[in-house]
Amino acid sequence: MSTDIPEGKETALKLADSDFATDRREHDVKSAVLDYWNRLKAGELGALPALIGLASLFVLFTFLKPDTFLSTGNIANLSTQALPITILAMGLVFVLLVGEIDLSAGVASGLCAALMAKLLVEGGQPWYVAVISAIAAGIIIGTAIGWLVAILRIPSFVVSLAFFLGLQGITLWLIGEGGTVPVRDEVIVALATRNMPIWLGWTLAVACAVGYTATQLLRWQRQHARHLHSKPIELVLIQCGVVAAVLLGATYVLSLDRAASPLIELAGIPWGVPLVGTLLIVCTFILGRTSFGRHIYAVGGNAEAARRAGINVVRIRISVFMIGSGLAAISGILAASRLNSVAVSAGAGNTLLYAVGAAVIGGTSLFGGRGKARDAVFGGLVIATIENGLGLLGTKAYLSFLITGVVLLLAASMDALARRRRSNVGR
Amino acid sequence: MAETGDPVLRITGLNKSFGAVHVLHNVDFTVRLGEVMALVGDNGAGKSTLIKCIAGIHPTDSGQIEFEGRPVTIDGPRAASELGIEVVYQDLALADNLDIVQNMFLGRERRKGLVLDEPSMEEAARETLARLSVRTVKSVRQQVASLSGGQRQTVAIAKAALWESKVVILDEPTAALGVAQTRQVLDLVRRLADTGHAVVLISHNMNDVFEVADRITALYLGRVAADVARTEVTHGQVVELITAGRSGDLGLAPQTAAESI
Ligand SMILES: Nc1ncnc2c1ncn2[C@@H]1O[C@H](COP(=O)(O)OP(=O)(O)OP(=O)(O)O)[C@@H](O)[C@H]1O
Ligand SMILES: [Mg+2]
Repeated sequence: MSTDIPEGKETALKLADSDFATDRREHDVKSAVLDYWNRLKAGELGALPALIGLASLFVLFTFLKPDTFLSTGNIANLSTQALPITILAMGLVFVLLVGEIDLSAGVASGLCAALMAKLLVEGGQPWYVAVISAIAAGIIIGTAIGWLVAILRIPSFVVSLAFFLGLQGITLWLIGEGGTVPVRDEVIVALATRNMPIWLGWTLAVACAVGYTATQLLRWQRQHARHLHSKPIELVLIQCGVVAAVLLGATYVLSLDRAASPLIELAGIPWGVPLVGTLLIVCTFILGRTSFGRHIYAVGGNAEAARRAGINVVRIRISVFMIGSGLAAISGILAASRLNSVAVSAGAGNTLLYAVGAAVIGGTSLFGGRGKARDAVFGGLVIATIENGLGLLGTKAYLSFLITGVVLLLAASMDALARRRRSNVGR
Repeated sequence: MAETGDPVLRITGLNKSFGAVHVLHNVDFTVRLGEVMALVGDNGAGKSTLIKCIAGIHPTDSGQIEFEGRPVTIDGPRAASELGIEVVYQDLALADNLDIVQNMFLGRERRKGLVLDEPSMEEAARETLARLSVRTVKSVRQQVASLSGGQRQTVAIAKAALWESKVVILDEPTAALGVAQTRQVLDLVRRLADTGHAVVLISHNMNDVFEVADRITALYLGRVAADVARTEVTHGQVVELITAGRSGDLGLAPQTAAESI
């Protein structure tokens, strides 16, 4: 520190400086673990609750349904069950990040799927025209909601509640009372019901594992070389090892023959899984590595600070709703693929709550500013596991509703408590 | 090259009204490189209004602003920051959920193509903190939520110093701080001036003002009562300038001071 400290001020200076330890750039394993522990205590739970929840659910359902739950057929089923929830939740992560909510995302997914089905069946359009139209419809819906929220500043829950009703009306008008539109297009149906060739699954899994490890190591190397803040290499390696193990393990399980009869063969990763994987990579990149993503976090953390920093807050608010509804459309397409049809009730009922639940369980905060794209995957798996396990147990519908409601409430309370902790620790 | 003592920002004859309320009367205000200019005055004297005019938040009615000798018009916050005027607002404007580096570069991120250039931002943030002798927080990658009030203030000030800023304006930076943290911030303000910035410090605390300021401008009901070197005045005189607009031979002429009321 400076040497010319006026007399009598030395103690004060020392006091002040004690707040500021020296800047720690590189962690060893111990300090990194200690840091993580401190963050946990401060309410930065991240994906931990989702992972613990997922593990406990797996143990619970394996115990209750030893023959069926862990069967390869059910695991494959579980993975396709999670697809639409995960994609819908990924879109909601963007909306939740700026501290807004989109209650209409579920029915928007239903409407977009209905539009796609109509174009396929009655319009006789090729699948890509139908898919692009559905996604475009989603983006238009998102733009409208975003405009009302960002420019007129109507609370998003009111706007999206109105859309929740209105969009259902449009779906009803499109499909007709009590109707369903069958979806038979090969490509669309394949998404959730057909599997990749075994060799392709392995190739992709290995490529992803290698790609992930390479990017992580490269980043570490760059940070290390320039003496920047970095994780200890041991932890980076462990992290890469875990990701690779999960990728390869899942590929192995899904590559086992799961056909009920020995005469046919049914194996491979469902086509929808790499789709979700791609969306996960793209969204993670946008949120973590671009200034657009950074601005989304800033608007969610402190909109006034973002405004004074010259960020166009209105544009950010509108665009997250566009992304949210666009992803909702893709989610609707996957749901239609899974059911081979689109019903009037598509995306209504508990679809949205499942997706919000997934995002929150995965670690995205309802209060804005905190969350990651991967939260949707972890949370989506938790929700799909609950749905799947309760289905296997033959739980009555009323009980399923109750249990899912309690789980959602649990996740939300955890979020609220974590937030309280954070504000107690800060300042 | 601009040198210490050169006026970097010179305002002459500035008037500002909000509707019928005439808030600033013919204000002259000069800030020099390497100097801390304290801006003092009672509540409602017009201090915040003056700096908001400088920061491009309020349009002015009349008056000239010269920046580095050239007449300029500041028609928005962007124009101010492009000139090199940074304001640290009293309510700080930091995003809690972002870390220190992310906050310092908010809205002006460095990129390589599409991708954020994190290494270069982290290095630059660290350099700035080191230049200001901020013995940084545990890590520049720490979230702002986990910082104390003084540390936040430090980050906000460092953020202003990060940009090739020439004028840094601080609106009551120590108002909410304890003794030790006030110390920290005042040291930082001094260092900011010593590293060649022109600093405007708004404060109600005379001890703070007398400790770090080189010059003092007192506003009295929207008029400049005095623009004096700190060494030429006593606490008591400044307090009189603030409360009555005059003190001995200093300050507004008696009838101007009376008229203002
Ligand atoms: N946006 C505005 N519209 C109308 N009047 C305003 C506006 N902003 C400030 N004023 C008036 O201008 C006068 C000066 O206010 P200003 O905020 O500049 O005072 P200040 O010196 O910063 O006071 P304080 O020490 O309390 O912060 C006050 O009488 C205030 O009511
Ligand atoms: Mg003020």
